[in-house]
Amino acid sequence: MSYSLSHLKALEAESIHIIREVAAEFRNPVMLYSIGKDSSVMVRLAEKAFAPGKVPFPLMHIDSKWKFREMVEFRDAYAKEHNWNLIVEYNKKAYEEGVGPFTHGSKVHTDLMKTQALLQALKKHGFDAAFGGARRDEEKSRAKERIFSFRNEFQQWDPKNQRPELWDIYNTRVNQGESIRVFPLSNWTELDVWQYIRMENIPIVPLYYAKERPIVEIDGNLIMADDDRMPKELRDRAQMRKVRFRTLGCYPLTGAIDSEADTIEKIVEEMMTTTKSERTTRVIDFDQEGSMEQKKREGYF
Amino acid sequence: MALSIEEFLAQDEQKDLLRLLTAGSVDDGKSTLIGRLLFDSKRLYEDQLQALERDSKRVGNAGDHIDYALLCDGLKAEREQGITIDVAYRYFSTNRRKFIIADTPGHEQYTRNMITGGSTANLAIILVDARTGVVTQTCRHSYLVSLLGIRHLVLAVNKMDLVEFSQERFDAIVSDYKAWLKAQNIDIPDLRCIPLSALEGDNVVEKSANTPWYKGESLMEYLETVPIDQDINMRSMRFPVQYVLRPNLDFRGFAGKVASGVVKVGDEVVALPSGKSSRVKEIVTFDGNLEEAFAPQSVTITLEDEIDLSRGEMLVHPTDKPSVGHHLRAMMVWMDEQPLDMEKAFYIKHTTNTTRAHITKVHHRIDINTAQRVESEGMRLNEISEVSITTATPLMFDSYAVNRQTGAFIIIDPVTNFTSAVGMIIGEDEASKSEGQRVVRLSEYGVKVEDYDAVARFCEELVKRTGLDIICLKE
Repeated sequence: MSYSLSHLKALEAESIHIIREVAAEFRNPVMLYSIGKDSSVMVRLAEKAFAPGKVPFPLMHIDSKWKFREMVEFRDAYAKEHNWNLIVEYNKKAYEEGVGPFTHGSKVHTDLMKTQALLQALKKHGFDAAFGGARRDEEKSRAKERIFSFRNEFQQWDPKNQRPELWDIYNTRVNQGESIRVFPLSNWTELDVWQYIRMENIPIVPLYYAKERPIVEIDGNLIMADDDRMPKELRDRAQMRKVRFRTLGCYPLTGAIDSEADTIEKIVEEMMTTTKSERTTRVIDFDQEGSMEQKKREGYF
Repeated sequence: MALSIEEFLAQDEQKDLLRLLTAGSVDDGKSTLIGRLLFDSKRLYEDQLQALERDSKRVGNAGDHIDYALLCDGLKAEREQGITIDVAYRYFSTNRRKFIIADTPGHEQYTRNMITGGSTANLAIILVDARTGVVTQTCRHSYLVSLLGIRHLVLAVNKMDLVEFSQERFDAIVSDYKAWLKAQNIDIPDLRCIPLSALEGDNVVEKSANTPWYKGESLMEYLETVPIDQDINMRSMRFPVQYVLRPNLDFRGFAGKVASGVVKVGDEVVALPSGKSSRVKEIVTFDGNLEEAFAPQSVTITLEDEIDLSRGEMLVHPTDKPSVGHHLRAMMVWMDEQPLDMEKAFYIKHTTNTTRAHITKVHHRIDINTAQRVESEGMRLNEISEVSITTATPLMFDSYAVNRQTGAFIIIDPVTNFTSAVGMIIGEDEASKSEGQRVVRLSEYGVKVEDYDAVARFCEELVKRTGLDIICLKE
């Protein structure tokens, strides 16, 4: 008898171990839920970690108020169906001041509605550990981040002074006010995530599947006209186009790709033959050189 | 015969996972080799390639060639220094396997990064420059690979194009290297030596026409086929309890990762350190109950009897128990800028157990350039020494050489919370055991047997809160 695990089962086992370790060692953990495919996988892994019991920590969605409408519908329906303990937070002050990507640009919007909103929410609830669905294969600076990634009291990451992380023994100790960001999907690739979604039949937001959608081309990005907050002169240029999304975020900052992949099998097939990496559809990564690292140092996931 | 997409995916999902470490000096072409593996396995996307071509022209160090090394230099600060300074993880897969590469820097002050990157590796690739051959760093890396218990090692003799693909040169380097390993008593269970040119691609994926004298496999062929299922200890079952699941009054499950070995429903098990025994009733998972579970699966075990068992304790088979004790000898690597303070009550984390620990003695240091023992006091950053450790509560451990999972630990500074050191257990420390001055036997203080548990719990709390160096025995 040979005892060996497939790569997906090995990754699953590793992630479950990480999630349980956080539940065992932290006083007040939270799982950040972004409604995207990675979050969907992470939540499933949390359910697996504690079955037949319930997930012993809340999920939290930082709502930038500019998410695709279908994302919010999916979130609410799914949270209700699965009886999740879901917290939704947003930057109230910035929202009331009307901050958004069309008026303030992607940089200001992302900082206020995502990074600052997150920091405010973590502080408000006093969470000492926060799970994120980031993967090391997404972006260069993420490739170097630990699975248990220390944040000082200002929620900042110091890439040059990370705690050594060996074997599967995680250092979870923090002082008052400090915290740890935990990335259970660190070792998963985009393809692993899709294969796992297929294998496990995990529900995902329909935006991932190709469909005719109203699309405006802005600076080479295919942006969906999702609501009438998009300036009218842009909306008027919208044309129906068969597209899908590889990542999901704020609709004005997330480009679609032309695609015929309307089933999970076709998506995986497309993934295996694609020639562009997934973050090319993210407008915010191109702000400045090393821009993800900058954002991460400031507290962004 | 063409497979349908469903059949293909079902097959692809069954691939296994190999974790590998690459080490070499700054100029050995390590990043170039990794870039090449990613490039040749088609895991580079068009936009990444474009960025790479753009960066190669602007800041590259490879002349007219694409500088694959830029792929691996993630952080801005490092790009400015022109060197990688931490561990970076890379992913690629072929039709046969999925790979995770831990890319670690070669220079001296970053031993801790190589140790970090190598701790989970099945296999290591050590690069040498065919022009310079085996150098001090090669020896240092080889020692670290053996210290980490990595069973498969590839000596990649790179830049063969610069020595006219000379067989003589290759053979000389290989025989030098083997002689050095033998002289230092370093045992690598599976050693391969491959002549390469990472820049030109020779013997990286395809066998090269430039080395007709080389009869072995290309690097990629070897990586795809090397058997790794024997790397985990499958003989001794160790199940450290990670989390106790009590969703309702009828269910009490012990969640954890099988650290080593195989556990089956019906198995007789002993809980350590209490010594209470029971049988495995069920092995529960979200996807249904299992008949057996093996390392490294994460499962939940229920027992036939209601025994007291919590996080940090361990289930094992009664016929194959680990050492249980307060005193151990280990090889320890110091990872902290602050040197070792022997007076400090550190935290030690071992499997799911965290307790206080004193480093009671530094026996000798290993000079990693020569793999020789040298006399030494204290420990400073990047030093590797054999030490004695005494812990406040007992650990259930095996020697690292036999069991990587239950033989490894980390040492945490109680003030800064930094991971100050990591260690690999050699075994029980008989010498400090016999010292015994810290042991408190409850009977000697007139404590009644029925009060042992309460007093022991009180002692444990004292130890936790104060770091007080006593060990309470219920006898």
